[in-house]
Amino acid sequence: MPKFVLLWTDAAIWLLVAALAVYAVMVVRRPQLAANWRKVFHDAPALCSSLILLLCLGVTLLDSVHYRPLLPPAAGAPDAAPAYDTRTKSVLDAVLRDLVLSREATYSRPLSYVGFTKESLTIDGEVRRVAPRLVFGGAHLKNPEAEWAGDIARRAATGLAAGAVLAVLLTVAWVALIARSRRRALRATWKAIREREGAVPWLAALATTWVLCLIVGPATALSGPYHLLGTDLTGNDVLYQSLKSIRTAFVIGTLATVATLPLAVVLGLLAGYFKGWVDEAIQYLYTVLSSVPNVLLIAACVLMVQVFLDKNPDLFETGAERADLKLFLLCAVLGLTGWAGLCRLLRGETLKLRELEYVQAASAFGVGHGRIMLRHIFPNVAHLMLIVTVLEFSSLILYEAVLSYVGVGVDPSMNSFGGMINLARNEMSRDPVVWWSFAAAFGFMVTVVLAANLFADGVRDAFDPRARVFRARRRPFALRKDA
Amino acid sequence: MLNFIIRRVVYGILILLGVNLLTFMLFFTVNTPDDMARLNLGGKRVTQEAIEKWKTERGYDKPLYFDARAEGGAKLTQTIFWERSVSLFALRFGRADSESAGDIGHEVASRMWVSLQMALPLFVLQVIASTAFALLLVMFRNSRLDFWGVVSCVLMLSISSLFYIIVGQYLFSRVLKLAPISGYAPGLDAVKFLILPIALSLIARLGGEARLYRAMFLEEVGKDYVRTARAKGLAESAVLYGHVLRNALIPIITSAGSYLPYVFLGSLVFESFFGLPGLGAYVIEAIGKQDFAIVRTMVFLGSLLYIVTYVLIDVAYTWVDPRVRLS
Repeated sequence: MPKFVLLWTDAAIWLLVAALAVYAVMVVRRPQLAANWRKVFHDAPALCSSLILLLCLGVTLLDSVHYRPLLPPAAGAPDAAPAYDTRTKSVLDAVLRDLVLSREATYSRPLSYVGFTKESLTIDGEVRRVAPRLVFGGAHLKNPEAEWAGDIARRAATGLAAGAVLAVLLTVAWVALIARSRRRALRATWKAIREREGAVPWLAALATTWVLCLIVGPATALSGPYHLLGTDLTGNDVLYQSLKSIRTAFVIGTLATVATLPLAVVLGLLAGYFKGWVDEAIQYLYTVLSSVPNVLLIAACVLMVQVFLDKNPDLFETGAERADLKLFLLCAVLGLTGWAGLCRLLRGETLKLRELEYVQAASAFGVGHGRIMLRHIFPNVAHLMLIVTVLEFSSLILYEAVLSYVGVGVDPSMNSFGGMINLARNEMSRDPVVWWSFAAAFGFMVTVVLAANLFADGVRDAFDPRARVFRARRRPFALRKDA
Repeated sequence: MLNFIIRRVVYGILILLGVNLLTFMLFFTVNTPDDMARLNLGGKRVTQEAIEKWKTERGYDKPLYFDARAEGGAKLTQTIFWERSVSLFALRFGRADSESAGDIGHEVASRMWVSLQMALPLFVLQVIASTAFALLLVMFRNSRLDFWGVVSCVLMLSISSLFYIIVGQYLFSRVLKLAPISGYAPGLDAVKFLILPIALSLIARLGGEARLYRAMFLEEVGKDYVRTARAKGLAESAVLYGHVLRNALIPIITSAGSYLPYVFLGSLVFESFFGLPGLGAYVIEAIGKQDFAIVRTMVFLGSLLYIVTYVLIDVAYTWVDPRVRLS
């Protein structure tokens, strides 16, 4: 039985998931909220990107269950107390065990069977400079020159076929679900989806599912016997690193924005509601905070965190726990330094709301200040909180890369997109260029950030009626057909 | 007007006092000067004498906030907080914490010009390019150009600036050999070192800015005075350049102005990637060396510039919009 380890960020992530579940129940119960969320998913880009984000969330959650495996008892002492591995692993590590174990000596190109750097090997008695065979990548090939291309094509085709089968199954299941909920025949439902009837862009969602399946299929088929995205300087699989980086990005994106909420909401409401000296004091506070250039403030705080961690080495047992605590504190720092913008927004909105009749009525009925803020004002500014949170998510993921470059980001031992880009800087100046790490970080990061941006746009359009006008739209499908 | 400016300046000084207190608490209370000395001298095997010597050299050997042993007013003035604050407000920055680095004031004065050389053209070009692109989209609003323009904006703002730098450096410096990879030369030679970072920085920020400006323009386009202008037969271009652009200037000034402090501080990442010896690179070096004196100074300078910028923005409002009265 392995020993489960609850890291700080794990706890935070699972708490957030629980909060999200509670929120979902709330949405279902409140028609107004439900209508807004329905509007979000009527937007095709938002719906499609939510699928991609959901997939990334799945990876994050898999990577958020940590444990230390039980070591086999030492030969001499079978009854000794159980000893645990010093390395903390996650469920994702267990799922991707092949990728973790198949570590090469150093760089290798994507899907390659030989190393990237040449070595002096003795072949038939003479020393020659050749690229050595990889230990794991393409190790099953007996005659690689002849078999390699065929093997890749065969595996890719198998993967593609498996992906297509999965996509068909998912499509059928999906259509069947819709048909059942609408009490219509399967065929009629499919026709309706195909002709884009109804408000929900199911066809786009299905297309996204197909694309995802057709990418994931070949990728899984090829990543077992080969390194799909190559290996890095220390021979680690780049695909594995990219998948691990998703969690770091998600943790920073969610925790850091959530960390801004308590201060921003409480102080924003207080300032707007009480006005007078309370307002002055809070305004002073956030002006001071926002007048310090953000990067510098974060850098200063993170330097302090570093010293704090160096002084208290008894707070963590393993290296992973230290890296995780650092990540957690980084999110806290980002939260403590980043609440000024939302606070200003909420203060302005509260100033407006508190003059409205219903608040005055509540006050005339003798409802206390705290209750008015909680029951009458907070629900009416909650949409702003949601919009800002979702918008911040993607910018924080981008910010992480910059912070890591500056040297105040996540721990170097932790996989992150920022760390990958940092290493890529040297790799891109090699000759020949080592481009795959960089390309992988680029691809994954753009996918996540783009999906987050599109989703955030959808949320903003649905919850903020003023913003809806400015969306660039092509003419609706029905109109285009006539033209 | 003068009244307003005076009041803003006084408030600005109050803010600066707050920033000073905040940074002091961050740097001196969370870590005692002993910790800093140990960190800078390196390792755990540092003798107490060495620490004391290090502290005396830098004037860190006094109490933090309050000196109980001193007499009268000296109780407050003979402290690190007082001395540091006074010297910061007098713009005397003292020496850096680490041994090798020299006087901070001297470094700042010489590096400032490099940062300015990169940042000022960048700032002007940024505003022009973003406004022009946004106006183009607004001109062809609800067309295919607008749609794909916005799509490319979203795509561009989803890409980290680091990617633009690395790809740009690779493409233009290594493959096409159009510009040097990094480095700096004073005088007119600086142009060839600056052109690539400026261009890349421009592209990196274009997506977000242009999309924002487009929304601002569209908000103006929906207003009544625009309908009036059209109704009296003005051409679309005259409406856009003469009326909409003028009225959208206020939000644009706010948005562009909030970027001004960074103009002086320099873009951290770009300067260090392209080896420009500016203030941004200075900060990154200081963070790498864990030199708190430099970081503290830059935090102070950064907020000073921020406050100055905001007074300037307020003055600029009255210039573009006669309705705004400063009172």
